[in-house]
Formats: sequence, C-alpha cells, structure tokens
Amino acid sequence: MKKRSVIDVLDLSVEELDQLVATANDIIAHPDDYAHACDRKKLATLFYEPSTRTRMSFEAAMYELGGHVISMAGANSSSAAKGESVADTAKTVSCYTDIIAIRHPKEGAALVAANNASIPVINAGDGGHCHPTQTLADLLTIYREKQTFSGLTIGVCGDLKFGRTVHSLLNAMSRYPDNKFVLISPEELKVPSYVKQDALKSKNLPYEQTTDLEAAMPKLDILYMTRVQRERFFNEEDYLRLKDSYILTPEKLRTAKSDLSILHPLPRVNEISVAIDDDPRAAYFKQVLNGKFMRMALILKLLKEAGTL
Amino acid sequence: MNIDPIQNGVVIDHITAGKGMRLLQLLKLDETDLSVALIKNVVSSKRGKKDIIKIDADIPVNLDLVAYVDPGATVNIIRGGQLVEKRQMEMPELLVDVIACKNPRCITSTEQELKQIFRLSDRKNKIYRCLYCETKAEK
Repeated sequence: MKKRSVIDVLDLSVEELDQLVATANDIIAHPDDYAHACDRKKLATLFYEPSTRTRMSFEAAMYELGGHVISMAGANSSSAAKGESVADTAKTVSCYTDIIAIRHPKEGAALVAANNASIPVINAGDGGHCHPTQTLADLLTIYREKQTFSGLTIGVCGDLKFGRTVHSLLNAMSRYPDNKFVLISPEELKVPSYVKQDALKSKNLPYEQTTDLEAAMPKLDILYMTRVQRERFFNEEDYLRLKDSYILTPEKLRTAKSDLSILHPLPRVNEISVAIDDDPRAAYFKQVLNGKFMRMALILKLLKEAGTL
Repeated sequence: MNIDPIQNGVVIDHITAGKGMRLLQLLKLDETDLSVALIKNVVSSKRGKKDIIKIDADIPVNLDLVAYVDPGATVNIIRGGQLVEKRQMEMPELLVDVIACKNPRCITSTEQELKQIFRLSDRKNKIYRCLYCETKAEK
C-alpha cells in the first residue's frame, strides 16, 4: 500500500473525482453504513491560521466516520511558535495519527508536510495557492444540483484574479466534455492568462469574458459567485465604482434560468443579497454540507490506499 | 582579441550574446580566485554574436544552471590542451538549489532549510515554476 496525499485537486484524476462523488452520494444515502468506517483512526488537524468552516468540516467528517480528531492548539501556542518547521511537525504528528489535514498561510506548506509525513496529508488551504477540498465541495454540489458534470454553461463571477477556488473549479470542470465558461469580472480582476491557458485555451474550450453579470445571466446553468475585495484595488474610487456590479440581487436574477444553481465558497460579505437565500436556486449552504461529505469520502479513500483501513 | 588557450579547464561556448555576465555571476565565478575570462560579443558564424566563458581550472560546473540560463550553450571540458568532452545543454526537469523563489508568500521564504526546487512546466516557452507555490521563475 502506498501513502498518497492530496495537495491540488489536479492530483485526482477524473475517474477518482467521479468515484469520490459516488462515495459521497452513498454516504448521504446510507450514513449508518459509514458510522464506524474509521473506528479508532485519528485525524490530525494542523491549522496554522484561523478557519471556522474548513476545520469544523474536517472534524465533523472524521467524527461521522467513527474516528477521532487531534488538533494543534494553534500556531501561536504550539511547537510552531517555538520555531519548529512544518517538516518536523509533519514527521512528529505522523507518529500519533493516521491522516493529516493542514492549513497554513504559506503557499506550498502542505506539500512540505506531505513530503515529510509518513501518513496521508490533505491540503486544507495553503495561502492563496490551493484548496482542493473546497473544489470537491463545489463539484459534489454541481453534481447533486445538475446530475451531470457535462454540457453546462458555467459562469464564474467576482474576483477571478486572486480567487483560488475559481481557478481550481475551472481546472476541474474543464476536464469534463461540452462545458462552456463565462468569466464575469471587472477588468482589474480578470482570470490570469496562465489559468486561462492551462484550463481553457490549451483544450480549445469555449469561453467568453465579460464585465456584465446581467447580460450573461440568461445563459448560465451554474453561477459561481466570489467576493470583490476592497484590498485588491489600487484605488478606492475603482472599488466603489465596481463593487455593486457584482452583488447578486433578486433583480439581477430576473432573467436567470429557473434551474440555475448559485454557488459561493463562503464566507460571503455582501456579494449575495440575503434575499436570495430562500430562492430554490441558492445552493451555497448545501455546498457547505456537501463539503463535509466529500471530506469524508476523501479521508476514506486515502486511508484505504495507505492500507490503514 | 586573443585569449590564450587553456590547458585544463572548462570553456562555456555559444552563450547567447549578453547572457555571459549573468551566467558568470550565477556560477559565482566573479567571486573566485581562479583565472576566468568572459569574452563578450564574439563574432559567430552561426549566431552573429556570442559570449564565451573560459575557466582555467578543471572545476565542476553546475550544468543545470547553465542549461537554465542558456539552453543553447555548450560546455567543453579541456584536459592537456585537448577537448575531451563536449556537452550540449538540455533543460533539466528539476532545478535544485539553482534559483530561489521570489514569492514572499512561499513556504521557502520562512523555512529556509528547504531546498529551492523548480519544475519545468512549459518546455516550449522555457518556463520553470516553484515546486511549492508554482510561482513562475523570473528570468
């Protein structure tokens, strides 16, 4: 058996993604069948920066599999505060637990942990680099809302330059056939050219770029919203000019398809009006729940591959 | 201009004109006490102009670094005044401790005992990316 880690969603093949989605759906349908799947196994959550939902999602996932969780108390009150390297921490924690979920503010920290741990490592977010389990949550949500990963028109909206979740989603969905992409953002926050090249152009996939959310709305099957953040702009004037363009309101949804699915990686600030929360097309809180099921599926897969289960 | 032939040493030839100085610095030949010559803008029948570095000592040269800076260069090993080995450069898949990641958010910026590793991500466009954070190497 071979230890395997997941640092980037692209570490998983399309077949493996499909298998994880199938497992997650089975967990949803038959939760009792999985309630003791990880009895006596331990997940270490090494969170070097604050996180509410990702950490709780991993912990809930392991508890629902019958396993246990050991957490680092936080970077300020742990060995990291004494100057221990990520590599040494990963080696040490490998002695106590069966699988690690790590979040770290520095890009590449999860890979360092994976290269040094003797147990599987899941990247729970390494700075602005990768956050594969968020993409897994996005994928399960798309599948459960649409029953397919193909033939969809997928709009991504907001901060497409710095939004790592958008880049991962584009990369993941570009691997399925017959999808079209609509990239909706202010000029200042367009998808970086290397992401477009890797995810779309190199595969000759149809895509369009626009600054106009309302014009794009009628054609979308999926709308993936992200936040336009004030700190991304060089001047306040540009931010104030653009911020309201990308706030989703009931008025902007008037021309949307009746079966549109609205996703958002959360937390939201004001980019989706709370008036939309009760709209049946709002899928962003289901997405949170789906994240837990995909984390359960991923923990199971990696522990099985490592021979721990 | 004449530079005496060397008896035992290394000649890095066919360097793209203008890159010789940078290569010399990256190989830290500017810090050595060895006899080293950098000849710039030599007339070349194939390229018009080229740079050449001659090192009058049989020292190991970091071929990965030469290949990274200028994959068109050739490294000639001279012994007893004779050419004993001629190496064409090929871009390596990995560059280990050749260049450093400039991304301040990269884990290598805080954990400095880590090896600096860059992976060749696009051979056609000669693009290397940091193994950890995937930031593009600056040329």
